[in-house]
Amino acid sequence: MMRNTKLTTLEEAIRKSGLRDGMTISFHHHFRGGDKVVNMVVDKLAEMGFKGLHLAASSLSDVHAPLIEHIKAGVITKISTSGLRGELANEISRGLMEEPVVFRSHGGRGSAIASGELAIDVAFLGASSCDELGNACGYSRSENAKSICGSLGYALPDAQYAQHVIVITDDLVPYPNVPMSIPASLVESVVVVDSVGDSSKISAGAIRDSKNPRDILLAKSAAKVVINSGYFEDGFSIQTGTGGASLAVVKYIREEMLARGIKASFALGGITAHMVKLHEEGLIGRLIDVQSFDKVAAESIKNDPFHQEVSAIDYASGEHKGSAVHALDMVILSALEVDTDFNVNVLVGSDGIIRGAIGGHQDTAADSALSIIVCPLLRGRIPCVVPKVTTLITPGASVDVVVTEYGIAVNPARPEIAERLKAAGLKIVDIHELAAKATSIIGTPDPLPFGEKIVGVVMNRDGSVLDYIRNIEG
Amino acid sequence: MMFVPGNNPGMMADAHIYGPDSIMLDLEDSVTMAEKDAARLLVYNALKTIDYGTTEMVVRINPLSTPYGKKDVEAVVKAGVDVIRMPKTETAEEVRELEAEILKVEEEIGAVGRTQIMAAIESALGICNAYAIATASKRMMGIALGAEDYTANLKTQRTPGGDELRLARETIVVAARAAGIACFDTVYSNLDDMDTFRAEVEYIKTLGFDGKSIINPRQIEIVNEVFTPTPKAIEKALKIVAAIKEAQEKGSGVIAVNGKMVDRPVVIRAERTIALAVASGVLTKEEAAL
Repeated sequence: MMRNTKLTTLEEAIRKSGLRDGMTISFHHHFRGGDKVVNMVVDKLAEMGFKGLHLAASSLSDVHAPLIEHIKAGVITKISTSGLRGELANEISRGLMEEPVVFRSHGGRGSAIASGELAIDVAFLGASSCDELGNACGYSRSENAKSICGSLGYALPDAQYAQHVIVITDDLVPYPNVPMSIPASLVESVVVVDSVGDSSKISAGAIRDSKNPRDILLAKSAAKVVINSGYFEDGFSIQTGTGGASLAVVKYIREEMLARGIKASFALGGITAHMVKLHEEGLIGRLIDVQSFDKVAAESIKNDPFHQEVSAIDYASGEHKGSAVHALDMVILSALEVDTDFNVNVLVGSDGIIRGAIGGHQDTAADSALSIIVCPLLRGRIPCVVPKVTTLITPGASVDVVVTEYGIAVNPARPEIAERLKAAGLKIVDIHELAAKATSIIGTPDPLPFGEKIVGVVMNRDGSVLDYIRNIEG
Repeated sequence: MMFVPGNNPGMMADAHIYGPDSIMLDLEDSVTMAEKDAARLLVYNALKTIDYGTTEMVVRINPLSTPYGKKDVEAVVKAGVDVIRMPKTETAEEVRELEAEILKVEEEIGAVGRTQIMAAIESALGICNAYAIATASKRMMGIALGAEDYTANLKTQRTPGGDELRLARETIVVAARAAGIACFDTVYSNLDDMDTFRAEVEYIKTLGFDGKSIINPRQIEIVNEVFTPTPKAIEKALKIVAAIKEAQEKGSGVIAVNGKMVDRPVVIRAERTIALAVASGVLTKEEAAL
């Protein structure tokens, strides 16, 4: 029988936390588009009369549009996040907040939390299962499992470093909920609610292979880069994104791994069903998972001891001695824009509105041995290889190869990569040629009507400032 | 040859990046009546402004008997198209009519003889006149089968095995060969059944076709795989051509390669294999010339 239960209501948990106006609250984004925790908690904080809070989330998305009203009412006056999307992003881009939003990469956020630069007073961490002492997971072994997200990697720094930790779950399971992601020793209160997330929006069911011919073309080119880069040998390690092209890359790499009889030591980062399949086939030794992108990955992390959950710090923090990115050979990343200095923007759209997230982009590009950006030259009438990125997110010094449907560009700082790809018969083009090609097709877009107000600050993963985002007018 | 609707700027803008041998911008069946003028303008501007590299550019015009046909000819000839594809061709007379229209525009812009013609045969009458059509103009570069209209005209429908197309396909290949021009097979529209598509491409290659019309970039790889000669076949072809060169230099008429006598048809086939290998990009021109 449990004599020291931490079960309580959300309101009581907040009262017990000692939260005061002006303090920092934190959230993770593992429930992605289905998240109900942020809105639920901030609604409650507003109702309780809190003002001037700093909301530090690992990321925010479309579903967090209700925060707009809380910002207008002064409940939230500052935001730190990896990304913003939807109506909230739109309003913030137009100057909703007085204080600029601080954008950090996942590794950068981990470092800032660990160093105290981003000091969290109260962490509100949604969990797919929890016992009444606070042992929490992103999956559940009970029959009542409702909102499964898999890894809780982005929540772990918060759990470890926040002054006060409140776990919010919709699946209270009998003690002990082990193995656990967040141990009870870090948790002050446990709150049970009807639902922490909309499971249909937390993770995709079965991901289907892209049939978009452009994605397939990009994926084949990216796979050829991987295979001929010099890093594709037994024991290599890799990280890919979840876009159509990135997923298709995995398919083509798999074929070549089978043909050559080589295996990968690990796959890192956001893990998808595709990676799980390769792991289960014996082609990838270990999965190091900061975020499980679909139901297959979420099930796998629960059941497979070689599919390891990793905190954002152990995943990608630059200064941290255990970061997995330090051991990463190759990463395949996407981009909204790449410029002729190989700088990448993944945050601000070509209309000047914030519509993305830094994610692990800076971290993996900087620390991997080879970073490959896969990006169409054109998205409709929008050029994606440009003379200068709208906003600098990942410095060109850490970007090695850019793959477009019009050719592959290699950073001049990596001549040996260009030589290897040329030797394999790939057509290498100067990145200036790609930008010129885009201009020749589309013309030069009018400059964006940015105002004078700074609405966002882009941090580099080492804590320095990389760029500012100004408000967009019109 | 990849079909691209002439009213879809997004698809027209980068159709060439997938590497088809030729692109056919369509002004006919994929464009509704209401959009004929807009599509013509789009196709004109696409041909004028987009750098399609070395891809052969074809435009399928509306029949000259419609109110759009002559305007189509004027626009695309002025835009510098490589080939005009004439739909629903039934007689040699129609070809000569198109030739006259093309010549009129070419004379106006001072580019006589630049535009080639491809005739699509899509009816029983067209098949009966296949050789006459194939030889109706010196601009005729090839004839193609349009199977949807053809099967409707025959009062049947397409089947996976393609029995209903057998005579048409064989007639087109024979007519094209007799006329010394190229021949192209019809489209296969089910993108979810790549196995049947591959079988069809293999079949029409056996019949003697030079290529296949496609409707999606995803079909390109399969056509190339089927039509690209194997390394073994290329090696054999190179040996044959080298042997014949050597024999000619020595003034000897009959040669043997690997103990087998090589006569003229074998040489022609070897030369065709080498040409295909070069076209497929698996053999460079320098390697082919050795």
